[in-house]
Amino acid sequence: MLNSAIRNLVGEAPLRTGKVKLDIPPLVENGNTVPMTVSVTSPMTADDYVKSIHVFNEKNPQPNIGNFHLGPTAGRAQVATRIRLADSQKVVAIAQMSDGSFWSASADVVVTLAACTEEL
Amino acid sequence: MASALINVPKRARRGDVIEIRALTSHVMEPGYRRTASGEMIPRDIITSFSCRYNGREIFRADLFPAISANPYLSFFTTATESGTFAFEWIGDNGFSQVASAAITVE
Amino acid sequence: MRTVVAIIAALLLATAQAGEIAQDQRRSGYSFMRSDTKAMQDDDTSNPGMLWVMDGEALWSQRIGAPDKACADCHGDARASMKGVAARYPAFDKALGRPVDLEQRINLCRAEHQQAPPLDYESHDLLALTAFVSHQSRGMPIAPANDEQLAPFLARGRELFMQRQGQLNLACANCHDDNWDKHLAGSAITQAQPTGYPMYRLEWQTLGSLQRRLRGCMTGVRAQAFSYGSPELVDLELYLMSRATGMPIETPAVRP
Repeated sequence: MLNSAIRNLVGEAPLRTGKVKLDIPPLVENGNTVPMTVSVTSPMTADDYVKSIHVFNEKNPQPNIGNFHLGPTAGRAQVATRIRLADSQKVVAIAQMSDGSFWSASADVVVTLAACTEEL
Repeated sequence: MASALINVPKRARRGDVIEIRALTSHVMEPGYRRTASGEMIPRDIITSFSCRYNGREIFRADLFPAISANPYLSFFTTATESGTFAFEWIGDNGFSQVASAAITVE
Repeated sequence: MRTVVAIIAALLLATAQAGEIAQDQRRSGYSFMRSDTKAMQDDDTSNPGMLWVMDGEALWSQRIGAPDKACADCHGDARASMKGVAARYPAFDKALGRPVDLEQRINLCRAEHQQAPPLDYESHDLLALTAFVSHQSRGMPIAPANDEQLAPFLARGRELFMQRQGQLNLACANCHDDNWDKHLAGSAITQAQPTGYPMYRLEWQTLGSLQRRLRGCMTGVRAQAFSYGSPELVDLELYLMSRATGMPIETPAVRP
């Protein structure tokens, strides 16, 4: 599911590793709210910028987490949010550049369940 | 009902790269949970967030159920002129919410 | 045989009185968290709990009930009038002859002065008002009133904290006095200091009260949890606040 979602975005183009930094705790405090920051090295000029950042996961019911659309006026290609991870799994961030190239980074995250579940 | 907490610098110099942070309350029900009696709780999430700077879209996010409740977003833009940032959240069940913040650019 | 019994009795007594954590060793749940969770609490524009504080501020000025009165009409600016209040709750209520927590105080005010129906525990409005009021004590040290009328309730609260319960036969003290800073599955065992309630718990993905947290722990040891608003829970809240004397209020806290 993860691979086909990535294939849907990237198509036949090569997916290179590099330029993208995925900041996510290797062992989460709680799988319901995991802080995540994706940053991409780019001059962010009118001719050379990050068009969008796409984040995927491996084991949630759905492979997509979020798509973030930037542009040359962003100044810095960095997005942060809080995500849900259902289980220990791989998270992948892919940046699409203005020249059409795709760059990616991935991280393995360990997610433990809370010690006690409550009755509501 | 508090719609959102927005953090935008009140002032900036032309050309500064500034961080914008937006936090809004929303349950972001993923659509995969069940009630105690086994019924599926339907999905109810914010699907899209956008930010316009004096009318021009500078950032847009497509959100999925994997985004935590009370979604938080941080992104950057270049301060070019004084004016207004307009934020919009759109989601399931006709959810629509707006907020704004002003900036003075010297 | 009698010596063995005497020794066991002495050991049991000793454990029961091992009791509270020394003042200089008291640590907030904040100190057990990872840096990115701490960062969530530290910044008011990224702390989800602040969304409820803002809502509470709006509710504070909302005129309701037959007399068409708002909290603000009697209490004025909460920043001044509510400063220090959360730090000394639960407090003794003369009419009821027992301590009440902040949620109950708000509901009592609604009934007596606004002729408005009570708000349920964990309802959005009650959480918002409690968060807003408690937030006015942020930074102030917890200081329960030195009121001898509270003494029997405090003693009952301490008993509840020390008593083993549920299928797992555990007392609060077993984890939170005797084993804090160790781990239960992947989670750190904290000292259970109620410094930041109502708090935004990542596990709940929403704001919740101390009573919700206590009920969650009771369910966790497979005990039948006390009902919301029950005297047992308020006595336990009273004991916990007394046990946390001197620690600064952090409302709204963020916890895993």
